[in-house]
Amino acid sequence: MRKGIRSTSKYRVAKSKIFFGIMCLFSALTMIPLFVILWELAKKGYKQFNLSLFTEVAPTSMEAMFARATGNLIPGGILNGITGTLLILSMAIVIAIPIGIMTGVYLAENQEKKLANFVRHLSDLLQGIPSIVIGVVVYIWVVIPMSSYSAVAGSVALSIMMLPMIIRSTEESLKMLPVTLKEAGLALGGSYSSVVMRILIPSAFSGLFTGSLLAISRVTGETAPLLVTALGAASVNWDATSPTSAISLLIWEFYNDPNLADLVWSSSLLLLLFVLGINLLAKSIAKKWKIQ
Amino acid sequence: MENSVNTNNHILELKDVSVSYTPGQYAVKDVSAIIKPNTVTAMMGPSGCGKTTLLRAINRMHELYPNIVTTGEILLQGENIFSMNAMKVRRMAGMVFQRPNPFPTMSIYDNVLAGYMLNNVGLKKHEKDEIVETSLRSVALWDEVKDSMTKKGSFLSGGQQQRLCIARALALKPELLLMDEPTSALDPISTNKVEELIFELKKDYTIVIVTHNMSQAARLSDNSMFMYLGELVEYGATKQMFTKPNDKRTEEYLTGVFS
Repeated sequence: MRKGIRSTSKYRVAKSKIFFGIMCLFSALTMIPLFVILWELAKKGYKQFNLSLFTEVAPTSMEAMFARATGNLIPGGILNGITGTLLILSMAIVIAIPIGIMTGVYLAENQEKKLANFVRHLSDLLQGIPSIVIGVVVYIWVVIPMSSYSAVAGSVALSIMMLPMIIRSTEESLKMLPVTLKEAGLALGGSYSSVVMRILIPSAFSGLFTGSLLAISRVTGETAPLLVTALGAASVNWDATSPTSAISLLIWEFYNDPNLADLVWSSSLLLLLFVLGINLLAKSIAKKWKIQ
Repeated sequence: MENSVNTNNHILELKDVSVSYTPGQYAVKDVSAIIKPNTVTAMMGPSGCGKTTLLRAINRMHELYPNIVTTGEILLQGENIFSMNAMKVRRMAGMVFQRPNPFPTMSIYDNVLAGYMLNNVGLKKHEKDEIVETSLRSVALWDEVKDSMTKKGSFLSGGQQQRLCIARALALKPELLLMDEPTSALDPISTNKVEELIFELKKDYTIVIVTHNMSQAARLSDNSMFMYLGELVEYGATKQMFTKPNDKRTEEYLTGVFS
């Protein structure tokens, strides 16, 4: 009898070791795509990853053809894409963050209300809407009334995509705060708005900030909604009402032109590094500003 | 800091106060009592007897939760709190919570001034310095933290945090200080310090303290309320109650027949 129990336990130990091993293996496997992608982009893009990538606008197909014919590097860079991405993103942030945070506060503060449940479900649904669909709808809402493709149309599309993530992260990080924090604020005679603005939001700030950064990094590389809203531009444009380029749009243009195809890799590498940078920043902030 | 002179010499009067969480069920039932200035009043009773609920009715804390209904009258310096502005009531009746809860994003200095900041009261630098120093001195925390004003409140020990929270409430110069088991989350040494502090504060403030700890009530309070199942069973001088209680239930509670 005793022996039997022992043998079973040996078998169990072996089984759990194998299970543990499989988990480790799969976890390691998930890291492989990231490193392969980075390696691929670095290998193919390093030649074009130079200063002119940041300082010059995208070359035309003809310029690139001449350069290729003479065996030179393709001239030009993606400055119009970088500035466009920055313009579109910053406007999207200005639109999405106040709305998202206010909604998140409302959801966290009124968890049982019907409207709150309704909004919460809709926000989850919004997250599942394909980006191209959002793009097309914004085309109807913004591009047609303005009768022009524009950076602001692109920002509206991206801000709609950012909203669900900001709302969710705001709600979650506010719900983590102890209720006595709010009570303490109100017990000092503070008005509800000043308690929310000066105690609750600052206390949950690291969560809000991380969530917002992740939302930004999520939409940075979006291409489909920008194709039908911001369209693209050949030169640097800071006018929010005019068509504007973006890094992701340029990648798409380069991909479609055999003469420019070499630029796909360096631009993709830059985009990837940018997004990775935001992610790392978000992680380090979440760690550093965490409030005990 | 001084309490304004009151004609009928009581700062707080409860008239038939009832609180219910669910309709028809009362957590506090028809409590009437008068609290005199510069006294410490202890609310005692077994868990769930409604003492914290009653305390929180005094600064209208229950209004944060729509399902809680408070009826009756509560007069603060002769004025019914339900016809006053809730924010004014809460400034007049400061509250100290069970667990120390300094605002985590604020420095020690800003924590003391939090009440002014939340009420959008603009103060000059020297006024701020003065309020911070007096408030921290009155909780005997000044000497311990005067060199680390810019540090976060959470950097302090539990007992220091609780004293900081008391200073935060005192900074607004309230008429009344409501304390909800302020030492239950503290170690014995910190508890001792907070108790000494309450004894000191009695000179300038009127204090109502909820406590689970009978010996604490005996040590600290002038008057005691014994509550049981939402009712105020007995209210009188602490000495009298601990030596010769009027009600049999009080006697049983104090002698440990139930708790």
